[in-house]
Amino acid sequence: MNFALWALPPFDALHAVLIIPAGAAVLLALLPGYWLAARLNALAALATLIAAVLLVLERPANSGGYLFVDDLNIVFVVLSTFVGFTTAVFSASYIGHELEIGRLTPRYLRFYHTMYQTLMFAMNLGLLANNIGLMWVAIELATLTTVLMVGIYRTHEALEAAWKYFILGSVGIALALFGTILVYMAARPVIGEGHDAMVWTALIEKAHAFSPELLNVAFVFLMLGYGTKVGLAPLHAWLPDAHAEGPTPISAVLSGLLLNVALYALLRFKMLLAANPAALAPGPLMVTMGLVSLIFAGFMLYRRRDIKRMFAFSSIEHMGLITFAFGMGGALANFAGLLHMTMHSLTKSAIFFAVGHIAQVKSTQKLADIRGLTVSHPALGWGLVIGVVAIAGLPPLGIFMSEFLIVSSTFAREPLLAVPVVFGLLVAFGALMLRLGEVAFGEPVGSTAPVEASYVPLFAHLGLVAVAGIYLPAPLVEWFQSVARLLG
Amino acid sequence: MNGQLTSMSLDIAHMLAGALVLLSFMLLYQDRMYGLLNVFALQAVVLSASVAWQAHIQHAPHLYVTAMIALVLKAIVIPLALRRVVAKLGIHRTIETVVGIGPTMLAGMGLVALSMVVMLKATAHADPLAREDLAFALSVVLLGLMMMVTRRNAVSQVVGFMSLENGLILAAAGAKGMPLVVEISVAFSVLVAFIVIGVFLFRIRERFDSVDVQALDVFRGERQ
Repeated sequence: MNFALWALPPFDALHAVLIIPAGAAVLLALLPGYWLAARLNALAALATLIAAVLLVLERPANSGGYLFVDDLNIVFVVLSTFVGFTTAVFSASYIGHELEIGRLTPRYLRFYHTMYQTLMFAMNLGLLANNIGLMWVAIELATLTTVLMVGIYRTHEALEAAWKYFILGSVGIALALFGTILVYMAARPVIGEGHDAMVWTALIEKAHAFSPELLNVAFVFLMLGYGTKVGLAPLHAWLPDAHAEGPTPISAVLSGLLLNVALYALLRFKMLLAANPAALAPGPLMVTMGLVSLIFAGFMLYRRRDIKRMFAFSSIEHMGLITFAFGMGGALANFAGLLHMTMHSLTKSAIFFAVGHIAQVKSTQKLADIRGLTVSHPALGWGLVIGVVAIAGLPPLGIFMSEFLIVSSTFAREPLLAVPVVFGLLVAFGALMLRLGEVAFGEPVGSTAPVEASYVPLFAHLGLVAVAGIYLPAPLVEWFQSVARLLG
Repeated sequence: MNGQLTSMSLDIAHMLAGALVLLSFMLLYQDRMYGLLNVFALQAVVLSASVAWQAHIQHAPHLYVTAMIALVLKAIVIPLALRRVVAKLGIHRTIETVVGIGPTMLAGMGLVALSMVVMLKATAHADPLAREDLAFALSVVLLGLMMMVTRRNAVSQVVGFMSLENGLILAAAGAKGMPLVVEISVAFSVLVAFIVIGVFLFRIRERFDSVDVQALDVFRGERQ
């Protein structure tokens, strides 16, 4: 129970990133009323974002406690808190509509907001934890909160999706714990018994002396365990259902953030293995799973009839590509992977913002019943078009740049591997363009009622992605480069 | 502390861990709900004994807490609660398995052999206590996984999941000096998992009058 340690925590930016969402979760649990709760939710997310930015500007020295900040996790924290904030803004308008049409009752709404902040807390804790046990606990907490939120509509489909997610997620998390125990076993003879042998900063320092056999077995479990949470094929079965059946803000945070947090855990352990010369190279395993996910999801995109499910498969595709890039390793591929992860988070959550409002106004998620959006709802329709064009990897948007970097760096080192990557990307591109044409253009079908939407989060994300495609600020490039070097 | 480990205390630790694996096999072939819950409770008792023994030989008093949690929660509270669920829903008759008992048992043996080979090889230089404990723990984990795969009924999937967690606790207890953080969190997660599952079962019951996961499967995939 680490909470006891934070009974009287020092209130600096590092702790604020955790205390604000935790406190907001408690407050939102007590607070009735939609209007205030939705605003408080967004406000808390904004405060967390500010704390995260402060953390970048003034990084605390590593005190060897339960939390730490380094070049790698701060990228994830800023991205998480940013998307967490914009999603909270989107959620306020989305959830208001759900309340109006009676899909959610006020009691469930209170629960929803509490869970949202708990999820933010769990993700930030997972990212900042300097202890592999604590990281595991945080990721498990994040999983449980999302399970509850996926099932919140209590329909047949939502319950099935939540159940599937829960069972697969628990198996994944159980395997990850076994892997974590094995890492401890490997560290114990070198570092000594007790707490120190689970502290990340101590582990990475002494990783070269660990038993390579134990590390190898541990990594296989960690890869399968956290890989389930990343949504890598063939462990992805929970992902499309969970995205399709839960509230759309949750789809946005799932795709944009939670998958990244699981990937972060995987990257940490990859660094550990890389630091041990006798251990197996973790790269090929990640490259293989990444490629399989990329190509598999690319083909699966063609068969989708549900708009949220389609973008869920697109997330599998992109997580596959990112895992592939990190698996390749090296400064350039790591840089590209990191950039792609950021761009994907921004773009995919923007797409879900648009899709959420579209599904509400058309009161359906079926692709066949959504037509001619650019005619009936120009702002939403064009927002979706830009989002899909970006996610498909067309220039000049941000994802084109990161995909180009991934492909070119792969081509330079392993030309044969670049072929399946390009193939997978083209397959997915075709599917997305096919569906986009049907959904966005032509005669409108279904309700053409005006939509009450907040476009700010949607276009803020798309704007960032567009700018990143043309111009990346030098400090950002430098920052990502230093992380890429750290990843090895 | 290694010097104090007599061969006798090692043997007892291994016997208890082996008994856990045996009970995992027994879980595999139970075809009645109450039988399944009884065997699960017994496994929790053995787990608690095993963890308590580890606490004794490792001189790690905090492990007694873990043992107590396993005993109270997993051997008594959860089985009793699940019994009530089963009785209330009237699903005590049979458990539908996806694969027959015979092939399941054979596959289970294969998994145990696999975990022995993998773990004994990987931990060649670790201390003997942890070494065999880990191999047994992995067997319990894999058997629990298989149980979740081969059962259709939601309650027996839950039992499979908890049996899998038993294996994890065995592994954590065997890892000498592993910080308390993890042990409590494991127990904690079981509790939370149980609450979540309880909520789910309740909802599933409320909505469909069935906890057969297959009834849910009708809705899998794309809807027209």
